[in-house]
Amino acid sequence: MGILEVKDVNKRFGGLKALSDVNLSVKENTVHAIIGPNGAGKSTLLNCLVGKLIPDTGSVMFDGQSVLGRKPYQINQMGISRVFQTPEIFGDLTVMENVMIPLLAKRDGAFRLHAFESVEDETDLRHEAETMLEEVKMLDKRNMHTASMSRGDKRRLEMAMCLIQKPKLLLLDEPTAGMARADTNNTIDLLKEIREKRSITMCIIEHDMHVVFSLADRITVLAQGTPLVEDEPQKIKGHPKVKEAYLGEAA
Amino acid sequence: MLGLGKKDTTLLLIVAALVVFAPFILNPFPGGSGMAQFNAGYPDLMQRFVIFGIFAIGFNILFGLTGYLSFGHAAFLGVGSYSAVWMFKLLSMNVLPAILLAVVFSGLFALLIGYISLRRSGIYFSILTLAFAQMCYALAYSVLTPITGGETGLQLAQDDPRILDAARDSGNLPVPGLFGLEMRSTADLVLGDWVFTFSAGYYFCAVVMLISFYMAIRIFRSPFGMMLRAIKSNQHRLNYTGLNARPYTLAAFVISGMYAGLAGGLMASMDPLAGAERMFWTASGEVVLMTILGGVGTLIGPVLGAGLIKYMENILSKINGDILHSWFAFLPDGLEDFIVTIVYPFIGKGWHLTLGLMFMAVVIFLPGGLVEAGQRIARAVRGRRSDDRKSATTEPAE
Repeated sequence: MGILEVKDVNKRFGGLKALSDVNLSVKENTVHAIIGPNGAGKSTLLNCLVGKLIPDTGSVMFDGQSVLGRKPYQINQMGISRVFQTPEIFGDLTVMENVMIPLLAKRDGAFRLHAFESVEDETDLRHEAETMLEEVKMLDKRNMHTASMSRGDKRRLEMAMCLIQKPKLLLLDEPTAGMARADTNNTIDLLKEIREKRSITMCIIEHDMHVVFSLADRITVLAQGTPLVEDEPQKIKGHPKVKEAYLGEAA
Repeated sequence: MLGLGKKDTTLLLIVAALVVFAPFILNPFPGGSGMAQFNAGYPDLMQRFVIFGIFAIGFNILFGLTGYLSFGHAAFLGVGSYSAVWMFKLLSMNVLPAILLAVVFSGLFALLIGYISLRRSGIYFSILTLAFAQMCYALAYSVLTPITGGETGLQLAQDDPRILDAARDSGNLPVPGLFGLEMRSTADLVLGDWVFTFSAGYYFCAVVMLISFYMAIRIFRSPFGMMLRAIKSNQHRLNYTGLNARPYTLAAFVISGMYAGLAGGLMASMDPLAGAERMFWTASGEVVLMTILGGVGTLIGPVLGAGLIKYMENILSKINGDILHSWFAFLPDGLEDFIVTIVYPFIGKGWHLTLGLMFMAVVIFLPGGLVEAGQRIARAVRGRRSDDRKSATTEPAE
């Protein structure tokens, strides 16, 4: 029984069948990658996990509870954090504030009227935030406004914002999309480091095979809305069905 | 001090000093001189400065922090005024219960309107709040006449119950006061040609304004304020960070509605009369102008903006053609007439033209408002100084 169990999920957009009978089981403390060509339904599946979309049929269980019908913020409070394809951070705020907000969300829940406390007084949380920034090597930038930062920095900050909540499951939506080779390698190193330091379950949606094979413990190949195979990376590499899905009938 | 950082304490003390010494600061020209018409240090106007300052501070908590532009905030001002006058009529002429009821009532009202309007964001939110405010205005003028006094407005009457006040047999209408201290009572200080007027009402409003300002600083520096800025910055990320934006925006809306109600209650306390025109959409627009002119999202900006607009409304609008002619009398006749003709549309009844042009200039050249102007000047001055120092230190090396 995995921490995330997706059973018989179907999703249609009008006449298009985006997901058909998807089954997926993500085991605790593993890195599970979902790969597949464009239009395979990877993003649709991810959006079903975080509450942005609701599947037509099927169930999504996380940690023994159903996530269906819950709002994104409720699912986050259950322990799922998400990294977006293009980094989503609080652009007008400082790096420190960006990390403090998820920490406060974790401590105080979805809403608390703490209008007469001071952010300055939260020394414990500030300390925790600084430790996290140190880990992603951004401590020297803590008072910078994030709008002017490079994409790589934004990505690392977003990662820090997710990790500081100590999520049970971290979802990454193409974390290296649009990055230069050097930045991609940095991100891979960062993710590897995170894995070694803390026990964390990750679910990565990725295009880049280099990233997938250097990180994943298990890979699910998705094509035309259906999972083709699920296996260890070594076995996926030479799998005839995968080749077919990626290169077309001719191969 | 008081749980504020060093910078905020300094800001609060500066504002406190400005407010306390306002009767001197706003009266720089001796009475009887030609410039005396630019003096703004009389109680009526000073009260308006601080009351609209409170209104704008509250509006800025919503607009400046969350970015939700409400176009119906005058409704809360009106509700506050009506509640306060009713308290004067029914309970007592003491201003404290009146102001308390004004704040509570406008808060409840904001809860209702906010609950509905905050289902949408952006322009749709603005339109919804505008619609609500215009509904309130129209209702106050027509069907709600028994509560609002309709076209004549809500006024005090000789035979109001006022159950807490002792019976009065004099023929005069009672005036609002604070435990016997009448709000309209004043004391004059005459120094040579200058007459400085200290009014109880002004200082009462000033104290309330300083408390409001202090609370606004606390909100700005609190985790709550940080969440509100996060909503403005990226609501998408906020949702996936485990925070529910709706109650945060609703709380901000109610708080700013209560600030508006407080301002309305104070207006009624200074002059116990409430009319529906206080809720008209131009009044809602005015507070938007004040906030943007002063600096959206800054602490001091809205207060400065409110002061500037009220100053122009009261001072600029009093200049008429005769005064202009007397100013330019030293010029040859033809030229004098020409200049007066050019300047005339910008003053008197035309002061809105000046305001509009100024507003456009600020939005285009100074998006941060007066506060940004101040910062730029400060930076320029500091820059020149550090340049001096740099050249001073490098010179010996050469």
